[in-house]
Amino acid sequence: MSSITYQGKVYPSQADETVLDTLRRNTIAVPFSCRAGSCHTCMLRCLKGEVTTQSQKDLKPALKTLNYFLACQCVAEQDIEVSLPDDEDVYISARCVEKQQLSPTVWRFRFDTAVPMFYHSGQFVNLKNEAGWTRSYSLASLPAEDQHLEIQVRRMPEGQMSHWLIDEFDVGMHIELEGPNGHCIYTDGEPEKPILMVGTGTGLAPLIGILRDALHQGHTGQLYFYHGARTQDELYLHNTLEEIAKQHSNVHYHACVSGGDVAAGMKAGRAADLAMQAHPSLKGYRLYLCGAPEMVREMRKNAFMAGASMPEISADAFTASEHSS
Amino acid sequence: MSSLFERIGGEGAVDAAVDIFYRKVLADDSISHFFDTTDMEAQHAKQKSFLSMAFGGPNNYTGADMRKAHAPLVGKGLNESHFNAVAGHLQATLEELNVPADLIGEVMAIAGSTKDDVLGL
Repeated sequence: MSSITYQGKVYPSQADETVLDTLRRNTIAVPFSCRAGSCHTCMLRCLKGEVTTQSQKDLKPALKTLNYFLACQCVAEQDIEVSLPDDEDVYISARCVEKQQLSPTVWRFRFDTAVPMFYHSGQFVNLKNEAGWTRSYSLASLPAEDQHLEIQVRRMPEGQMSHWLIDEFDVGMHIELEGPNGHCIYTDGEPEKPILMVGTGTGLAPLIGILRDALHQGHTGQLYFYHGARTQDELYLHNTLEEIAKQHSNVHYHACVSGGDVAAGMKAGRAADLAMQAHPSLKGYRLYLCGAPEMVREMRKNAFMAGASMPEISADAFTASEHSS
Repeated sequence: MSSLFERIGGEGAVDAAVDIFYRKVLADDSISHFFDTTDMEAQHAKQKSFLSMAFGGPNNYTGADMRKAHAPLVGKGLNESHFNAVAGHLQATLEELNVPADLIGEVMAIAGSTKDDVLGL
Protein backbone atom coordinates (compact mmCIF):
# COMPACT_ATOMS: atom_id res chain seq x y z
CA MET A 1 0.00 0.00 0.00
CA SER A 2 1.30 3.47 -0.80
CA SER A 3 1.17 6.61 1.26
CA ILE A 4 0.35 10.24 0.55
CA THR A 5 2.41 12.96 2.19
CA TYR A 6 0.66 16.30 2.55
CA GLN A 7 1.99 19.29 4.52
CA GLY A 8 4.57 17.10 6.23
CA LYS A 9 2.14 14.43 7.39
CA VAL A 10 1.95 10.91 5.98
CA TYR A 11 -1.42 9.35 5.19
CA PRO A 12 -1.48 5.65 4.21
CA SER A 13 -3.96 4.93 1.44
CA GLN A 14 -6.35 1.99 1.50
CA ALA A 15 -6.76 -0.54 -1.32
CA ASP A 16 -7.96 1.04 -4.59
CA GLU A 17 -8.44 4.36 -2.84
CA THR A 18 -7.90 7.55 -4.84
CA VAL A 19 -5.62 10.28 -3.56
CA LEU A 20 -8.70 12.46 -3.16
CA ASP A 21 -10.44 9.87 -0.98
CA THR A 22 -7.36 9.27 1.16
CA LEU A 23 -7.00 12.98 1.89
CA ARG A 24 -10.69 13.57 2.50
CA ARG A 25 -10.90 10.52 4.76
CA ASN A 26 -8.27 12.30 6.84
CA THR A 27 -10.42 15.46 6.84
CA ILE A 28 -8.12 17.42 4.55
CA ALA A 29 -10.19 19.94 2.65
CA VAL A 30 -9.18 19.32 -0.96
CA PRO A 31 -11.76 21.04 -3.19
CA PHE A 32 -13.58 18.63 -5.50
CA SER A 33 -16.81 18.31 -7.40
CA CYS A 34 -17.48 15.76 -10.14
CA ARG A 35 -15.19 12.89 -8.99
CA ALA A 36 -15.09 11.80 -12.63
CA GLY A 37 -12.01 13.58 -13.93
CA SER A 38 -13.88 16.20 -15.86
CA CYS A 39 -14.22 19.28 -13.64
CA HIS A 40 -10.53 19.61 -12.65
CA THR A 41 -11.54 21.09 -9.29
CA CYS A 42 -9.42 18.55 -7.38
CA MET A 43 -6.20 19.22 -9.26
CA LEU A 44 -3.09 18.77 -7.06
CA ARG A 45 0.61 18.97 -7.65
CA CYS A 46 2.88 16.00 -7.10
CA LEU A 47 6.12 17.09 -5.41
CA LYS A 48 7.76 13.68 -4.95
CA GLY A 49 7.17 10.34 -6.63
CA GLU A 50 5.16 9.71 -9.76
CA VAL A 51 1.46 9.79 -10.43
CA THR A 52 -0.46 7.67 -12.96
CA THR A 53 -0.76 8.79 -16.59
CA GLN A 54 -4.52 8.29 -16.29
CA SER A 55 -4.67 11.10 -13.71
CA GLN A 56 -2.89 13.51 -16.09
CA LYS A 57 -4.34 12.60 -19.44
CA ASP A 58 -6.69 15.56 -19.75
CA LEU A 59 -4.36 18.26 -18.44
CA LYS A 60 -2.58 20.91 -20.45
CA PRO A 61 1.01 19.97 -21.36
CA ALA A 62 2.46 22.74 -19.18
CA LEU A 63 0.60 21.44 -16.14
CA LYS A 64 1.65 17.86 -16.87
CA THR A 65 5.26 18.99 -16.97
CA LEU A 66 4.82 20.58 -13.55
CA ASN A 67 3.46 17.23 -12.27
CA TYR A 68 -0.10 18.35 -11.79
CA PHE A 69 -2.71 15.60 -11.65
CA LEU A 70 -6.36 15.01 -10.80
CA ALA A 71 -6.68 13.60 -7.28
CA CYS A 72 -9.99 11.87 -8.04
CA GLN A 73 -8.41 9.96 -10.93
CA CYS A 74 -5.26 8.80 -9.18
CA VAL A 75 -4.83 5.61 -7.20
CA ALA A 76 -1.22 6.03 -6.07
CA GLU A 77 1.06 3.23 -7.22
CA GLN A 78 3.94 4.48 -5.07
CA ASP A 79 4.55 6.83 -2.15
CA ILE A 80 3.95 10.41 -3.24
CA GLU A 81 4.05 13.86 -1.74
CA VAL A 82 1.44 16.32 -2.91
CA SER A 83 0.41 19.93 -2.44
CA LEU A 84 -2.50 22.12 -3.37
CA PRO A 85 -1.93 23.88 -6.71
CA ASP A 86 0.28 26.92 -6.93
CA ASP A 87 -2.22 29.57 -7.94
CA GLU A 88 0.28 31.20 -10.29
CA ASP A 89 0.62 28.00 -12.33
CA VAL A 90 -3.05 27.29 -12.68
CA TYR A 91 -5.11 30.43 -12.31
CA ILE A 92 -5.27 33.68 -14.22
CA SER A 93 -6.91 36.80 -12.92
CA ALA A 94 -10.24 37.82 -14.46
CA ARG A 95 -12.04 41.13 -13.99
CA CYS A 96 -15.81 41.37 -14.13
CA VAL A 97 -16.86 43.91 -16.78
CA GLU A 98 -20.59 43.23 -16.84
CA LYS A 99 -23.23 41.75 -14.57
CA GLN A 100 -26.82 41.49 -15.70
CA GLN A 101 -29.90 39.73 -14.38
CA LEU A 102 -31.51 37.61 -17.13
CA SER A 103 -34.35 35.95 -15.23
CA PRO A 104 -35.62 35.67 -11.64
CA THR A 105 -32.76 33.21 -10.91
CA VAL A 106 -30.12 33.64 -13.63
CA TRP A 107 -27.38 36.26 -13.95
CA ARG A 108 -24.92 36.86 -16.78
CA PHE A 109 -21.31 37.78 -15.96
CA ARG A 110 -18.75 38.95 -18.48
CA PHE A 111 -15.02 38.92 -17.78
CA ASP A 112 -11.77 40.30 -19.08
CA THR A 113 -8.74 38.13 -18.45
CA ALA A 114 -5.26 39.46 -17.70
CA VAL A 115 -3.86 37.26 -20.48
CA PRO A 116 -5.89 36.14 -23.50
CA MET A 117 -7.46 32.72 -23.13
CA PHE A 118 -7.95 30.41 -26.12
CA TYR A 119 -11.12 28.38 -25.79
CA HIS A 120 -14.09 26.88 -27.61
CA SER A 121 -17.67 27.81 -26.80
CA GLY A 122 -19.14 25.15 -24.53
CA GLN A 123 -15.95 24.50 -22.59
CA PHE A 124 -15.94 25.47 -18.94
CA VAL A 125 -13.75 27.35 -16.50
CA ASN A 126 -13.30 27.05 -12.76
CA LEU A 127 -13.73 30.23 -10.77
CA LYS A 128 -12.14 30.60 -7.37
CA ASN A 129 -12.88 33.42 -4.95
CA GLU A 130 -10.74 34.68 -2.10
CA ALA A 131 -12.35 32.29 0.34
CA GLY A 132 -11.08 29.44 -1.85
CA TRP A 133 -14.53 28.40 -3.07
CA THR A 134 -14.19 26.81 -6.50
CA ARG A 135 -16.97 26.16 -8.96
CA SER A 136 -17.23 25.25 -12.67
CA TYR A 137 -19.09 27.43 -15.18
CA SER A 138 -19.61 26.86 -18.89
CA LEU A 139 -18.58 29.47 -21.43
CA ALA A 140 -21.50 30.92 -23.39
CA SER A 141 -19.38 33.34 -25.40
CA LEU A 142 -17.97 32.81 -28.87
CA PRO A 143 -14.25 33.69 -29.06
CA ALA A 144 -14.48 34.78 -32.71
CA GLU A 145 -17.21 37.33 -32.04
CA ASP A 146 -17.20 38.22 -28.35
CA GLN A 147 -14.59 40.36 -26.71
CA HIS A 148 -15.32 39.01 -23.23
CA LEU A 149 -15.79 35.64 -21.60
CA GLU A 150 -19.39 35.03 -20.61
CA ILE A 151 -20.83 32.72 -17.98
CA GLN A 152 -24.40 32.37 -16.76
CA VAL A 153 -25.00 31.72 -13.07
CA ARG A 154 -28.17 30.35 -11.60
CA ARG A 155 -28.94 30.99 -7.96
CA MET A 156 -29.03 27.54 -6.36
CA PRO A 157 -30.63 27.34 -2.90
CA GLU A 158 -27.71 25.23 -1.58
CA GLY A 159 -25.05 26.82 -3.77
CA GLN A 160 -22.91 29.16 -1.69
CA MET A 161 -20.81 30.20 -4.68
CA SER A 162 -23.89 31.20 -6.67
CA HIS A 163 -25.13 33.37 -3.77
CA TRP A 164 -21.70 34.93 -3.41
CA LEU A 165 -21.41 35.75 -7.12
CA ILE A 166 -24.91 37.16 -7.35
CA ASP A 167 -24.98 39.03 -4.03
CA GLU A 168 -21.36 40.04 -3.37
CA PHE A 169 -19.41 39.94 -6.62
CA ASP A 170 -19.71 42.92 -8.93
CA VAL A 171 -18.36 44.82 -11.93
CA GLY A 172 -14.73 45.88 -11.43
CA MET A 173 -13.92 43.07 -9.00
CA HIS A 174 -11.39 40.31 -9.72
CA ILE A 175 -11.64 36.55 -9.45
CA GLU A 176 -9.25 33.67 -10.15
CA LEU A 177 -10.01 31.63 -13.26
CA GLU A 178 -8.69 28.23 -14.39
CA GLY A 179 -9.36 26.63 -17.74
CA PRO A 180 -10.64 26.09 -20.32
CA ASN A 181 -11.69 22.48 -19.74
CA GLY A 182 -14.08 20.00 -21.29
CA HIS A 183 -14.93 18.50 -24.66
CA CYS A 184 -18.55 19.54 -25.15
CA ILE A 185 -17.80 21.70 -28.21
CA TYR A 186 -18.80 22.06 -31.85
CA THR A 187 -16.65 19.84 -34.04
CA ASP A 188 -16.33 20.93 -37.64
CA GLY A 189 -15.83 18.65 -40.63
CA GLU A 190 -19.42 17.49 -40.97
CA PRO A 191 -21.35 20.68 -41.76
CA GLU A 192 -24.37 18.82 -43.11
CA LYS A 193 -25.01 16.62 -40.09
CA PRO A 194 -28.30 17.23 -38.25
CA ILE A 195 -27.69 18.44 -34.70
CA LEU A 196 -30.02 18.09 -31.74
CA MET A 197 -29.33 20.24 -28.68
CA VAL A 198 -31.22 19.80 -25.43
CA GLY A 199 -30.61 21.92 -22.36
CA THR A 200 -32.32 22.60 -19.07
CA GLY A 201 -31.75 25.64 -16.86
CA THR A 202 -28.30 27.16 -17.36
CA GLY A 203 -27.41 24.17 -19.54
CA LEU A 204 -28.39 26.83 -22.05
CA ALA A 205 -25.04 28.60 -21.53
CA PRO A 206 -22.78 26.05 -23.26
CA LEU A 207 -25.50 25.24 -25.80
CA ILE A 208 -25.97 28.78 -27.06
CA GLY A 209 -22.18 29.06 -27.35
CA ILE A 210 -22.04 25.84 -29.36
CA LEU A 211 -25.00 26.92 -31.52
CA ARG A 212 -23.35 30.23 -32.36
CA ASP A 213 -20.05 28.46 -33.03
CA ALA A 214 -21.78 26.04 -35.43
CA LEU A 215 -23.41 28.92 -37.31
CA HIS A 216 -20.18 30.91 -37.33
CA GLN A 217 -18.39 27.92 -38.88
CA GLY A 218 -21.04 27.61 -41.58
CA HIS A 219 -23.01 24.58 -40.41
CA THR A 220 -25.62 23.86 -43.07
CA GLY A 221 -27.42 20.88 -41.50
CA GLN A 222 -30.55 21.33 -39.41
CA LEU A 223 -30.03 22.53 -35.83
CA TYR A 224 -32.82 21.55 -33.45
CA PHE A 225 -32.56 23.45 -30.19
CA TYR A 226 -34.67 22.59 -27.11
CA HIS A 227 -34.44 24.69 -23.98
CA GLY A 228 -36.47 23.52 -21.02
CA ALA A 229 -37.47 25.24 -17.80
CA ARG A 230 -40.17 24.77 -15.21
CA THR A 231 -41.69 28.21 -15.78
CA GLN A 232 -41.59 30.42 -18.84
CA ASP A 233 -39.82 33.31 -17.10
CA GLU A 234 -36.81 30.97 -16.70
CA LEU A 235 -36.43 30.64 -20.48
CA TYR A 236 -34.01 33.48 -20.08
CA LEU A 237 -32.75 33.84 -23.66
CA HIS A 238 -36.08 33.28 -25.37
CA ASN A 239 -35.96 36.44 -27.47
CA THR A 240 -32.31 35.95 -28.43
CA LEU A 241 -32.96 32.40 -29.59
CA GLU A 242 -36.09 33.41 -31.49
CA GLU A 243 -34.02 36.06 -33.23
CA ILE A 244 -31.28 33.53 -34.16
CA ALA A 245 -33.94 31.16 -35.52
CA LYS A 246 -35.46 33.98 -37.55
CA GLN A 247 -32.09 34.79 -39.12
CA HIS A 248 -31.11 31.18 -39.87
CA SER A 249 -33.61 28.95 -41.65
CA ASN A 250 -31.82 25.79 -40.42
CA VAL A 251 -32.21 26.71 -36.72
CA HIS A 252 -35.36 25.37 -35.04
CA TYR A 253 -35.81 26.69 -31.52
CA HIS A 254 -38.28 25.08 -29.14
CA ALA A 255 -39.06 26.68 -25.79
CA CYS A 256 -40.33 24.00 -23.41
CA VAL A 257 -42.18 24.70 -20.17
CA SER A 258 -42.65 21.72 -17.86
CA GLY A 259 -44.95 23.41 -15.31
CA GLY A 260 -47.17 26.47 -15.13
CA ASP A 261 -48.55 28.60 -17.93
CA VAL A 262 -47.34 28.14 -21.46
CA ALA A 263 -47.28 31.23 -23.68
CA ALA A 264 -48.06 31.17 -27.38
CA GLY A 265 -45.13 29.81 -29.37
CA MET A 266 -43.91 27.68 -26.45
CA LYS A 267 -44.44 23.97 -25.84
CA ALA A 268 -45.80 22.25 -22.73
CA GLY A 269 -43.66 19.41 -21.40
CA ARG A 270 -40.10 18.46 -20.59
CA ALA A 271 -37.49 19.42 -23.18
CA ALA A 272 -35.99 15.91 -23.39
CA ASP A 273 -39.41 14.26 -23.85
CA LEU A 274 -40.46 16.74 -26.53
CA ALA A 275 -37.14 16.34 -28.35
CA MET A 276 -37.45 12.54 -28.36
CA GLN A 277 -41.06 12.69 -29.56
CA ALA A 278 -40.10 14.92 -32.46
CA HIS A 279 -37.01 12.84 -33.32
CA PRO A 280 -37.83 9.16 -32.78
CA SER A 281 -34.86 8.11 -34.90
CA LEU A 282 -31.51 9.74 -34.16
CA LYS A 283 -29.29 7.71 -36.46
CA GLY A 284 -26.74 10.03 -38.04
CA TYR A 285 -27.38 12.88 -35.60
CA ARG A 286 -24.91 14.78 -33.46
CA LEU A 287 -26.23 15.53 -29.97
CA TYR A 288 -25.44 18.03 -27.25
CA LEU A 289 -27.05 17.54 -23.85
CA CYS A 290 -26.46 20.02 -21.05
CA GLY A 291 -28.11 20.61 -17.71
CA ALA A 292 -29.56 18.56 -14.87
CA PRO A 293 -27.66 15.26 -14.42
CA GLU A 294 -30.87 13.16 -14.40
CA MET A 295 -32.01 14.71 -17.68
CA VAL A 296 -28.60 14.21 -19.29
CA ARG A 297 -28.39 10.59 -18.14
CA GLU A 298 -31.89 9.67 -19.27
CA MET A 299 -31.63 11.51 -22.57
CA ARG A 300 -28.22 10.00 -23.36
CA LYS A 301 -29.67 6.53 -22.99
CA ASN A 302 -32.84 7.32 -24.94
CA ALA A 303 -30.84 8.96 -27.73
CA PHE A 304 -28.47 6.00 -27.93
CA MET A 305 -31.37 3.55 -28.03
CA ALA A 306 -32.95 5.70 -30.77
CA GLY A 307 -29.93 5.12 -32.98
CA ALA A 308 -27.44 7.86 -32.06
CA SER A 309 -23.87 6.63 -32.02
CA MET A 310 -22.23 7.01 -28.59
CA PRO A 311 -19.25 9.11 -29.78
CA GLU A 312 -21.75 11.54 -31.36
CA ILE A 313 -23.36 12.33 -27.99
CA SER A 314 -21.63 15.17 -26.16
CA ALA A 315 -22.91 15.91 -22.71
CA ASP A 316 -22.29 18.23 -19.84
CA ALA A 317 -24.08 17.30 -16.63
CA PHE A 318 -24.30 20.12 -14.12
CA THR A 319 -23.88 18.78 -10.64
CA ALA A 320 -26.25 20.66 -8.38
CA SER A 321 -24.28 20.14 -5.19
CA GLU A 322 -21.29 22.22 -4.31
CA HIS A 323 -18.15 21.03 -2.62
CA SER A 324 -16.19 24.12 -1.90
CA SER A 325 -13.82 23.74 0.95
CA MET B 1 -2.50 -16.62 -42.37
CA SER B 2 -3.74 -13.32 -41.01
CA SER B 3 -5.16 -13.05 -37.50
CA LEU B 4 -8.85 -13.25 -36.65
CA PHE B 5 -8.76 -9.54 -35.77
CA GLU B 6 -7.45 -8.68 -39.25
CA ARG B 7 -9.86 -10.98 -41.05
CA ILE B 8 -12.89 -9.62 -39.21
CA GLY B 9 -11.95 -6.04 -40.08
CA GLY B 10 -9.91 -4.79 -37.11
CA GLU B 11 -10.73 -1.60 -35.22
CA GLY B 12 -13.38 -0.67 -37.81
CA ALA B 13 -15.31 -3.86 -37.09
CA VAL B 14 -15.25 -3.13 -33.38
CA ASP B 15 -16.57 0.38 -33.99
CA ALA B 16 -19.32 -0.95 -36.23
CA ALA B 17 -20.35 -3.61 -33.73
CA VAL B 18 -20.17 -1.82 -30.39
CA ASP B 19 -23.22 0.46 -30.73
CA ILE B 20 -25.38 -2.37 -32.10
CA PHE B 21 -24.22 -4.81 -29.43
CA TYR B 22 -24.59 -2.43 -26.47
CA ARG B 23 -28.03 -1.33 -27.73
CA LYS B 24 -29.21 -4.96 -27.83
CA VAL B 25 -27.91 -5.60 -24.33
CA LEU B 26 -29.62 -2.49 -22.92
CA ALA B 27 -32.88 -3.38 -24.66
CA ASP B 28 -32.92 -6.82 -23.01
CA ASP B 29 -34.77 -6.44 -19.71
CA SER B 30 -33.36 -9.73 -18.39
CA ILE B 31 -29.80 -8.33 -18.35
CA SER B 32 -29.95 -4.56 -18.88
CA HIS B 33 -29.70 -3.83 -15.13
CA PHE B 34 -26.14 -5.24 -15.13
CA PHE B 35 -25.13 -2.72 -17.79
CA ASP B 36 -27.16 0.33 -16.90
CA THR B 37 -24.85 2.66 -15.03
CA THR B 38 -24.66 6.37 -14.37
CA ASP B 39 -21.65 6.50 -16.66
CA MET B 40 -22.84 5.17 -19.99
CA GLU B 41 -19.78 6.45 -21.78
CA ALA B 42 -17.48 4.37 -19.56
CA GLN B 43 -19.76 1.36 -19.95
CA HIS B 44 -19.70 1.80 -23.72
CA ALA B 45 -15.89 1.89 -23.60
CA LYS B 46 -15.89 -1.35 -21.60
CA GLN B 47 -18.08 -3.04 -24.21
CA LYS B 48 -15.65 -1.84 -26.83
CA SER B 49 -12.66 -3.42 -25.12
CA PHE B 50 -14.64 -6.62 -24.60
CA LEU B 51 -15.46 -6.79 -28.32
CA SER B 52 -11.85 -6.05 -29.22
CA MET B 53 -10.80 -9.02 -27.10
CA ALA B 54 -13.52 -11.32 -28.49
CA PHE B 55 -12.46 -10.34 -32.02
CA GLY B 56 -8.95 -11.51 -31.22
CA GLY B 57 -7.63 -7.95 -31.07
CA PRO B 58 -5.32 -6.09 -28.73
CA ASN B 59 -6.51 -6.09 -25.14
CA ASN B 60 -5.25 -5.99 -21.60
CA TYR B 61 -7.58 -8.58 -20.13
CA THR B 62 -6.35 -11.29 -17.84
CA GLY B 63 -8.59 -13.94 -16.36
CA ALA B 64 -8.00 -12.41 -12.93
CA ASP B 65 -9.15 -8.97 -14.15
CA MET B 66 -12.31 -10.49 -15.60
CA ARG B 67 -13.00 -12.26 -12.36
CA LYS B 68 -12.43 -9.18 -10.22
CA ALA B 69 -14.45 -6.89 -12.49
CA HIS B 70 -17.47 -9.18 -12.53
CA ALA B 71 -17.40 -10.24 -8.88
CA PRO B 72 -19.79 -7.47 -7.76
CA LEU B 73 -22.23 -8.55 -10.50
CA VAL B 74 -22.01 -12.18 -9.43
CA GLY B 75 -22.92 -10.87 -5.99
CA LYS B 76 -26.03 -9.33 -7.55
CA GLY B 77 -27.07 -12.64 -9.09
CA LEU B 78 -25.20 -12.78 -12.40
CA ASN B 79 -25.49 -16.37 -13.63
CA GLU B 80 -25.15 -18.60 -16.66
CA SER B 81 -28.48 -17.58 -18.21
CA HIS B 82 -27.33 -13.93 -18.22
CA PHE B 83 -24.00 -14.93 -19.72
CA ASN B 84 -25.77 -16.86 -22.45
CA ALA B 85 -28.09 -13.92 -23.16
CA VAL B 86 -25.10 -11.61 -23.68
CA ALA B 87 -23.45 -14.19 -25.91
CA GLY B 88 -26.67 -14.42 -27.93
CA HIS B 89 -26.64 -10.65 -28.48
CA LEU B 90 -23.03 -10.85 -29.58
CA GLN B 91 -23.88 -13.54 -32.13
CA ALA B 92 -26.92 -11.60 -33.38
CA THR B 93 -24.79 -8.46 -33.74
CA LEU B 94 -22.25 -10.29 -35.89
CA GLU B 95 -24.99 -11.83 -38.01
CA GLU B 96 -26.55 -8.40 -38.49
CA LEU B 97 -23.17 -7.17 -39.76
CA ASN B 98 -22.95 -10.11 -42.19
CA VAL B 99 -19.78 -11.51 -40.61
CA PRO B 100 -19.02 -14.93 -42.19
CA ALA B 101 -20.16 -17.89 -40.09
CA ASP B 102 -16.67 -19.34 -39.54
CA LEU B 103 -15.43 -16.03 -38.10
CA ILE B 104 -18.52 -15.80 -35.88
CA GLY B 105 -17.62 -19.26 -34.62
CA GLU B 106 -14.11 -18.12 -33.69
CA VAL B 107 -15.42 -15.02 -31.90
CA MET B 108 -18.00 -17.03 -29.97
CA ALA B 109 -15.30 -19.47 -28.89
CA ILE B 110 -13.18 -16.64 -27.44
CA ALA B 111 -16.21 -15.11 -25.73
CA GLY B 112 -17.19 -18.54 -24.35
CA SER B 113 -13.70 -19.04 -22.92
CA THR B 114 -14.28 -16.15 -20.49
CA LYS B 115 -17.32 -17.79 -18.90
CA ASP B 116 -15.71 -19.26 -15.79
CA ASP B 117 -13.93 -16.00 -14.99
CA VAL B 118 -17.00 -13.86 -15.63
CA LEU B 119 -19.21 -16.05 -13.46
CA GLY B 120 -16.51 -16.62 -10.84
CA LEU B 121 -16.64 -20.42 -11.22
